Amino acid sequence: MTVGQALELVCPAGTPAALRAAVEAGAHAVYCGFNDETNARNFPGLNFSREEMAEAIAFAHRHGAKVLVALNTFPRAGAFSQWSAAVDDCARFGADAVILADLGLLEDASRRHPGLRLHLSVQAAAANADAINFYVRTFGVKRIVLPRVLTVQEIAAINREIEAETEVFIFGGLCVMAEGRCSLSSYATGKSPNMNGACSPASHVEYREEGGALVSRLGGFAIHRVAAGQPAPYPTLCKGVFEAGDYKGHVFEDPVSLDAAALIPQLAEAGVTALKIEGRQRSRAYTEAVVRSFRRALNDHAAGRPIAAGELRALTEGQQTTAGAYRKTWR
Amino acid sequence: MPSANAIPFFPTAGALALRLAPLAPLSFAAARLARSLGRRHPALFKRLGDQTGKTFLLDPTDLPFAFLLSPRPEAPGLKAVRRSSAGSWDARIAGSLAALIGLVHGAYDGDALFFSRDLVIEGDTEAVLALRNAIDNEEIDLARETAALFGPFESVALRPAHGLAALAARWTGVAFKRPERGTWE
Repeated sequence: MTVGQALELVCPAGTPAALRAAVEAGAHAVYCGFNDETNARNFPGLNFSREEMAEAIAFAHRHGAKVLVALNTFPRAGAFSQWSAAVDDCARFGADAVILADLGLLEDASRRHPGLRLHLSVQAAAANADAINFYVRTFGVKRIVLPRVLTVQEIAAINREIEAETEVFIFGGLCVMAEGRCSLSSYATGKSPNMNGACSPASHVEYREEGGALVSRLGGFAIHRVAAGQPAPYPTLCKGVFEAGDYKGHVFEDPVSLDAAALIPQLAEAGVTALKIEGRQRSRAYTEAVVRSFRRALNDHAAGRPIAAGELRALTEGQQTTAGAYRKTWR
Repeated sequence: MPSANAIPFFPTAGALALRLAPLAPLSFAAARLARSLGRRHPALFKRLGDQTGKTFLLDPTDLPFAFLLSPRPEAPGLKAVRRSSAGSWDARIAGSLAALIGLVHGAYDGDALFFSRDLVIEGDTEAVLALRNAIDNEEIDLARETAALFGPFESVALRPAHGLAALAARWTGVAFKRPERGTWE
């Protein structure tokens, strides 16, 4: 793919209302999930019932958009049928693709639904051409969502060696770990982001105002104390403030969000097919604002116009943005 | 989406005057609104799931009173209370009146308001998330819901309700109506 060619905008939806907002704001494709452990945004009040998913897919198709269903957790032992049935439902509803991470589920889906397009979730953490080619040759995976640990140059190198599309995150929350392999939240809560579908599950989060400061606890452990007037982060351990030896601060990662709008031309030149916006846990107001902004950016890119960047900072965690690993620099 | 920095506060003089106002009429109207909302948006309860048994303190910090919401499917309740006599609650959602109304109307993003400290939540986080997501999905329009209180005269009341909401939004900067988005291109 060369500069100026159209890139696909893949947008998040946590509810049917957010899906409609995304489609109306210009999403080419929307990704979403069922309201159970099969998806990695298994939060209270969020996601789609079977009936809502069928209606959402029909709505998106009427408006020329695709729906990609994330079944991107790893099936628990003895509960595989729940994940397998979810794949069946996606095929029945006419989903444009399912986004999978688990090897067993990929095998099951490719064997029983050969016509169903498979995307490899970021949760699979396939970060080199050999790993990706294994998924492509073995299961017929058509698109890989690349982990947020690669530079633009590394993405270009991968694209030269694989026969599949790549999709990269362009905006939203960042994970410090190779996705799908992080167990930090499990240590504090006993619930696995990768199997139960929720990093820092709300049932284990507590906020308290103490003398003007906001104190966040996860599983009873205090992980931040944010002074009045300072931006609050999500209650995730990776963004926590801890003491380690003489150091006190963000041991793992600062609370900042990805905004790689300025890198759209370079990502296109690196051979990327689709750009993904993070945030299925966010409201329809976020979805609408971010999707509209990035659709405008993609159209500007396609037309050879300069891309406006940084206009979404107020929506981001930490109220700060970064280009993440795409542009690695020494600290 | 309007900037969180531009969220207006209820005028101090008005808030002072409201300190003396009786809450019974407000509670009566709020209770009717809650029952009507429950009838017109039954999917709210489905999305709330196990959280329908919880009690929420909705706390407009620029007003001298708050609201207790009990989203029971069989008898949803909403009543105005003084903070000193609010009693027990499972979760508190606090912010300016404009921020809370803007959340209902989808003018603001709840996480962004939390990041910027314009929204404070305490207590049962699971209940707060479920309520936030349930309301967000319903695309509630408070002017329309108010008009619905007029029963058979809803269609007559709707136009002036929307007109008033639009006027109030222009004057105050508060998102009294849902943002008009329009489709792409």
